[in-house]
Amino acid sequence: MHHKTLAELSAGLAAGEFSSVELTRHFLERIRAHDERLNSFITVTEEQALAAAEAVDARRAAGEAGPLTGIPLAHKDIFCTLDVRTSCGSRMLDNFVSPYDATVVERLAAAGMVMLGKTNMDEFAMGSSNETSCYGPVHNPWDTERVPGGSSGGSAAAVAARLTPVATGTDTGGSIRQPAALTGITGLKPTYGRCSRWGMIAFASSLDQAGPMARTAEDCALLLSGMAGFDPRDSTSAERPVDDYLAALDRPLDGLKVGLVREFMAQDGLHSGVAAATEAVLEELKRQGAEVVEVSLPHAHLSVPAYYVVAPAECSSNLSRFDGVRFGPRCEDPKDLEDLYKRSRSEGFGAEVKRRILIGAYALSAGYYDAYYLKAQQVRQLIAQDFRVAFEQVDLIVSPTTPDVAFPLGAKTDDPVAMYLQDIYTIAVNLAGLPAISIPAPAADGLPTGFQMIGNHFDEACLLNVAHRLQQATDWHRHAPEGF
Amino acid sequence: MSLSSDDVHKIAHLARLAVSDEEAEALCRDLSNILGLVEQMAAVDTSAIEPMAHPLAMHQRLRPDEVTESDRRDLYLRNAPAAENGLFLVPCVIE
Repeated sequence: MHHKTLAELSAGLAAGEFSSVELTRHFLERIRAHDERLNSFITVTEEQALAAAEAVDARRAAGEAGPLTGIPLAHKDIFCTLDVRTSCGSRMLDNFVSPYDATVVERLAAAGMVMLGKTNMDEFAMGSSNETSCYGPVHNPWDTERVPGGSSGGSAAAVAARLTPVATGTDTGGSIRQPAALTGITGLKPTYGRCSRWGMIAFASSLDQAGPMARTAEDCALLLSGMAGFDPRDSTSAERPVDDYLAALDRPLDGLKVGLVREFMAQDGLHSGVAAATEAVLEELKRQGAEVVEVSLPHAHLSVPAYYVVAPAECSSNLSRFDGVRFGPRCEDPKDLEDLYKRSRSEGFGAEVKRRILIGAYALSAGYYDAYYLKAQQVRQLIAQDFRVAFEQVDLIVSPTTPDVAFPLGAKTDDPVAMYLQDIYTIAVNLAGLPAISIPAPAADGLPTGFQMIGNHFDEACLLNVAHRLQQATDWHRHAPEGF
Repeated sequence: MSLSSDDVHKIAHLARLAVSDEEAEALCRDLSNILGLVEQMAAVDTSAIEPMAHPLAMHQRLRPDEVTESDRRDLYLRNAPAAENGLFLVPCVIE
C-alpha cells in the first residue's frame, strides 16, 4: 500500500479498496517500525490522525470526497498546527502549542487530508543538512550515515522511505529542492506568494515559500492544488487564480524551449555523476521534442553572497520576537529585562541560528547598511534581471539541483560557508521569487541526484507538466531505498 | 572584513544575545568567513541599480478597518513563560 502514489491511493479510496482509517493505520505502523533509524518525525499525532481519518471516511460515505480526501500526510514542523506542538526544530519552541492552524494546514485538512505528524527540520529552517535541529539529525534512507539535505529533511526522508505518501515543506534558499534531490523525491517550490505564509513560522519573509514534496510530479500537482491560493491573512499572498495543474500535466513537449545554465555546468565542485545525470534528463527532453539551448545567468554566482545578507537581515528581525516573554523557555533568575532577553535567547537558539542573527544584525547596523544590505538588494536585482533576459529566450531553465550527492553526517558542520555552498544552484530562484521543481535524475555513486527546472513567475503548471512527461517515460523516480 | 572579539560582543548586544568570551572567539572566525563570502559582491558595480526589496512588484493591500479576529487572548498567553491577569510578566522595569 505504501508504494502507491497519492494518485493511486486516491483511486483506491474512491473504489472502496481500503478506508482512510486503514491507510492511516498502515502509515502510522510504518513510522513506528522505521522512524527510529531516520528521526524524520518530531511529533506523531496518532490519536488525532485516527480520529480525522474516521471523520473523513464518514464524509466519503456521505458523498463528500475530493482527490485529497482520506490521504495521510506529514507537515514540516514549521507550520502551526492547532493544539499540536509546533517546534520549528528549536529548543525555543519545544513547548509551543500553536493557538491556530496555518492556512496551508487548514486548507489541506478542509480537503480531507489526515495529518500523521510533524516532521523534523533544521532549526528555524536554517541549514542544508538537517543537522541543526535540536531534536537531532535526520538520516537519509538511502544511506543512514548520510544527511537527507535540509531544511525540509524530515519531510524528504519520510516521503522517500514511504512513511507518508506526501509531505509539506518550505523553501527559502533550496530547502524543498535540495533535500528532494538528495533523497530521490520530487519537490516543488512555488512562485513567491502562491501559497500562504500565514501560520508558517517566518525565517526570511521576502524569500519563504511553502510547497509540496512527493514521489511524483502528479502528486505534487495534486497537493499544490490543495495548498495554493490567495489568502487575505498573508499581506504578500498573490491575488490571482490558481491554474488547473492536473489538466496541464499531459501536454506534449514538442517545441518546448529549454535553457541549460552554462555557468552551473562549469561550476567547480560539480560531481561528474551529477553532471551525467543532468545530461541524461536533457536527452529525454530532446527525445520528446524539446529544444535544448544554453542560457547564461552571469550574476548567479553572487546569489549565495547576496542571500547571506538578505536572509540573515530578515531573520534577525523576524526572530526578535523570541524574547523569553511571549514564547519559549525563560532563563533562570533574570536580574533585569535585558538579562532576561539575552540569556533566554542564547539558551533557546542553536549555533547556526545565532550566527545568522548576528550576521543580520551586523548588516543592518548603522554604518554598514549601505555596504551590505543595500548592496545585496542591488545584486538581487541583477540576479532577477538575468532570469528576465533568459526567459525572453526559453520557456524553462534547467540545471542540476545540487552540485553533489548526499554527504556524510558531520562532514560540513564545522564549516558554515561550505554548507552554504550546497545551495549554489537553488538560491538564485528564491531571490528572484520564481517557481522551481527538483525531480529525481539517474543515481550517481548509488545515491539519488536531482534535476532542477525553473519556470517563469506563476508557471508552476509548465514545471509540473514537463516533470510529469519525463516521469511517464523514465523510472528514475520509482526507485525506493532498501530496508524500508 | 575580519571581526574582532569586541565587534562580536557589540553585535551580540544589538541582537540581544549573550555571548561568552569563548563563544566570541569561534564566532569571530565563523562570521569573518561568512563576511568573506558576502564580500564577493564588491566585485560588481551596482551604482546604477535599483535595489530590489521584494520578489514581486506588488503594493501593500489595504482592508476595511473592521474587527475580523475574535478575542483569543488566553490562547495566546498559554505559551508565555509567565502571565497573570491577561498580561505578560517581566522583571521590574520601573521602580
